[in-house]
Amino acid sequence: MSATTAHPPVRTALRPGLVLRGLLLGGLAILALLPVLNQLPQDSALHVSDFVVAVSGKWICYAILALAIDLAWGYAGILSLGHGAFFALGGYAMGMHLMRLIGPRGVYGHPVLPDFMVFLGWTELPWYWWGFQHFPFALLMALAVPGLLAGLVGWLAFRSRITGVYLSIITQAMTYALMLAFFRNDMGFGGNNGFTDFKELLGMPLNTSGARAALFYAALLALGAALLLCRHIARSKLGRVLVAVRDAESRLRFLGYDTTAVKLSVFVLSAMIAGLAGALYVPLVGIINPGEFSPGNSIEAVVWVAVGGRGTLVGALLGAFSVNALKTWLTSFAPDLWLFVLGGLFVAVTLLLPRGLAGLFRREEGR
Amino acid sequence: MFRLLCLLASLLLIPAASQAQESFEATAAPLAGSFTAQAEAVERLGALGDPRALPLLQALAEGRLQKQADGTLLIAQNGAVREALSGAPAAGPGEVVRINNRVRAALRGALGRLQLMSPEEAVRAAAAEGLFRSRSAENIPLLEQALARETVPAVGRRMEMALAAARLMSGDVATRRAGIATLGASSSAEARGLLLEARAAGAETADGIDAAIAAIDGRLKLRQMAETAFQGLSLGSILLLAALGLAVTFGVMGVINMAHGEMVMLGAYTTVMVQEALRGIPWLAAWSLPLSVPAAFLVTAAVGVALERGLIRHLYGRPLETLLMTFGVGMILQQAVRLIFGAQNREVVSPAWMQGTLTLPGDVTVTQNRLWIILFALVVLGLTVAAIRFTRFGLEMRAVVQNRRIAATMGIRTGRVDAMTFAFGSGIAGMAGVAVSQIDNVSPNLGTGYIIDSFMVVVFGGVGSLAGTMIGAFTLGLVNKMLEPWAGAVLAKIAVLVGIMLFIQRRPKGLFALRGRAAEQ
Repeated sequence: MSATTAHPPVRTALRPGLVLRGLLLGGLAILALLPVLNQLPQDSALHVSDFVVAVSGKWICYAILALAIDLAWGYAGILSLGHGAFFALGGYAMGMHLMRLIGPRGVYGHPVLPDFMVFLGWTELPWYWWGFQHFPFALLMALAVPGLLAGLVGWLAFRSRITGVYLSIITQAMTYALMLAFFRNDMGFGGNNGFTDFKELLGMPLNTSGARAALFYAALLALGAALLLCRHIARSKLGRVLVAVRDAESRLRFLGYDTTAVKLSVFVLSAMIAGLAGALYVPLVGIINPGEFSPGNSIEAVVWVAVGGRGTLVGALLGAFSVNALKTWLTSFAPDLWLFVLGGLFVAVTLLLPRGLAGLFRREEGR
Repeated sequence: MFRLLCLLASLLLIPAASQAQESFEATAAPLAGSFTAQAEAVERLGALGDPRALPLLQALAEGRLQKQADGTLLIAQNGAVREALSGAPAAGPGEVVRINNRVRAALRGALGRLQLMSPEEAVRAAAAEGLFRSRSAENIPLLEQALARETVPAVGRRMEMALAAARLMSGDVATRRAGIATLGASSSAEARGLLLEARAAGAETADGIDAAIAAIDGRLKLRQMAETAFQGLSLGSILLLAALGLAVTFGVMGVINMAHGEMVMLGAYTTVMVQEALRGIPWLAAWSLPLSVPAAFLVTAAVGVALERGLIRHLYGRPLETLLMTFGVGMILQQAVRLIFGAQNREVVSPAWMQGTLTLPGDVTVTQNRLWIILFALVVLGLTVAAIRFTRFGLEMRAVVQNRRIAATMGIRTGRVDAMTFAFGSGIAGMAGVAVSQIDNVSPNLGTGYIIDSFMVVVFGGVGSLAGTMIGAFTLGLVNKMLEPWAGAVLAKIAVLVGIMLFIQRRPKGLFALRGRAAEQ
C-alpha cells in the first residue's frame, strides 16, 4: 500500500500562502478584539453579544485541539480517533480544581467534599482528588494525565508496530472505554452529571464579564503559543523526520532512526496540547461530563482538521473555526440537517478535497 | 388433630361422594346456614371433587358469596352478581355470607384439595406451589394423596417439593429427615432458604441439613456456570454475526467500513418493515422473521453495492480516508433513518416459536430466542465459509485478493468482484441486524454499539481468518460474561478492551495469523 499518494507534498507544507497568512492574522486580530467590543454599549453598531464571545471562546479551545490532531496526523501520520479523550481528561483535571474551589458553597455545604460525593454518602476525599485545590497542580495534571495515557497507549501500540487504521480503532476503543468508566458513579468523577456549578478560578468569580474576558484571552494566548510551538517543531529537524515517518516509516527505520521514539514523543506532546485545550475549555463553558469522551466527538475533531487541510497547522485552525461556525449556524435553524451536512463533509473532503481548504489556496499559489 | 382426622375421613368419602354427582346442589345449600352447617358443607364439597365447587368456595373465602332471603346463593364478580348454581344474572345483591375461623380452616383444606385434584394441570401446579410456600405439617396427608394420583411428572415434582417442605415442619424426626433428603436432592434456591430456616429452628437434624445445603450449593454453582456459559455463547453469537461481515469487508478486502454498524441497523429496520408489511396477511405474518432474513440481506447488499461503487472504490489504498468517509456515510444513514422512522425505539415481535424458555437437565433455563440466534449465527458462518470456498464468486474473490493484476489478466472483472464482495459483507451485516432486532432495541443508533466490538473481534481473531473470527467472537463473549459477576458489566467491557490491547502486544496478527502469500496483504 503506498502511503505517499494520500498526503500532500512536503515541500509546500510549511509555507502557507499569503492569503492564508492574512486570514490567520486577521482572524486572530478580530478574535482578540471580541471581548473589547463586548464592552461597548448595547446600541453600538460594533457591539458583540455575550453569546458570540462565549461561542468563539469555545472555538478557540477546539482550534487548539485541532492543532494537536494536526501535529499527530498531518505530520506523523498517526490518525488518533481518541484525542477527545485527552481533551476531556484535561477538562476533568481542571474541573476537579474548580470543584475543590467551590468549598462550602455547595448545596450540601460540606467544607471539602463536592456535592456529588456527599450525595453518594462518601465521607472522605479519594486519594486521587488530593492536591487539586492548588491551581498549579491541577494544570500540571491537565497536561500530565493525558500525556501519560498517550505515552502508555502509544508505547504499547508503536512498539508492536500497530499503525494506520488499527491504531485509529484502538484509540477509539480507548475513548469509548473511558466514556463507559466515567459514566460510573463510583469512579468519583460525578457520574453522568460530571462537574458543573463552578464558582471561581484564581480568586475571580466566574460569572463576571471580566472573568470571561480573562479566560478568553488565556485561551487565545494558549492557541498562539501552541501554534508557534507546533510551527517550530514542524520546521525543525524533528518535523522533517515526522513527515518521513508518515510517508515511509520502514525506510526511515532501515536508515537507523528510532521511529517508535519519534512517534511516541509527538503523540505524547499532541495529547498534552489536547489536555491543555480541555483545561481551558471547562472554565469557559462551565461544565464537563462523560459525553466529552464519546467517540463521535473525537472523530468530529478529526474532520475539522481534514476540512481545513492537514499537515499545514493553519488549516487546522481554519477547519476548526469554519466547521464549528457552520455547526452553530445550522443547528440554530435546522438541527435535523446538521448530521447530514457533517456526514457530507466527511465524504466530500475525503473524495473531492483531500488537501482541505488550505489546499485550495496552496494550489493557486503553486501555479 | 381433630381437623386432621376430619380430613382423613373426608378423603375416605371421595369415592362414595363422587357417585352422588346430582347431590352437588343439595350439598352446597347449607352454605347459607349456620357456621356449623357451613363448615360441614365446605368439607363435603371439598370431598365431592366437583369442579363447580371451586369458584363457589373461593367466593366464600374472599367474602364474595351472598345469599338472598330464600337461601339462593349468589356470587359477586367484577361488579356483577350471578346465581351461584345456575349462573343466571341475579335480580339484585343479597346479604354477604359471613364465616368464622372454623369455616375458614375448613375452606383452606377443601380449596387446597380441590385445586390439587383439579383436572387442569396449571391449577394443580399452582396449588402445589402455594402449599410449598405455606408449608404446614397438616398438608402432609393431602399432598401424599395428590402425589399418588398425579400423572404429569412436572406437576408431580412440584408436589414432591411441597410435600418435603411440609414434612420439614413435622414434629416427627424421621419425617423431617425424609423432607430434608428430598429438598437436598433438588437444586432450588427456595429449598435452600427453607433448609436454612429449619437449621436455625432445631438442632436434631442439623447434620442432615448441612449436607443437604452443601449438595444444593454445589448444584446451584454448576447451574450458574452453565447459565453463564450460555450467556457468553449468546453474546458471542451476536458478536460473531456482527463481525462476520466485517471479516469479509475488512479482513478479506482490507476496506475499513465504519458504516458497518449502520448496515446492522438497516437490517434491523428491514425486519421492522417486513413485519409491518405482512401484518395484514395473517397466514404470512407468523413467518415475517424468517422472511426478513433474505430481505435484510438484499437491502443491505444493495446499499453496500451503492456505497462501494459510488464512494469507496475511489479511495482504495487510502485506508485512513476510507475510515473517515465511511464514518460520514454512517452518520448520514443514521440521521436518514432517524428522520424517516423517528428517534424512538421500534418494536419487533418475536414469533411464538422463539418465545419462552427451555429448561435443560439440571434446571438450567435458557431463553429460546437466544438459542435460535446461536444456531442462526452458526448457520450464517457455515454459509459464508461455503460461499467463499465452494462458489465461483468465492474463487474469484480469493483470486482478486491474492493478486489483483493477475486475476484481471485471467479475465476476472475485478471491479465487479469488489462490488460483490462488499455487498456480500454488507448483506451479512444486514442478517445480523435481523438477529439483533430480537434482543436489542431497534433504534437509529443501534449500530454504534457494535462497530468497536466487531473490530475487536476481527483483530483479536486474526484479520482475514473466518475461523479466527468465530473463535474470537465466542472467546470475547465468554470472557465478558465470566468477568461480569465480579466486575460489573462496564468494568468487564473495559477489561476486555485492555486485554485485547495487551494481547496484540504478543500476537500482533491476532490468534490466527495468515501465513504465506496472503499474509503480505
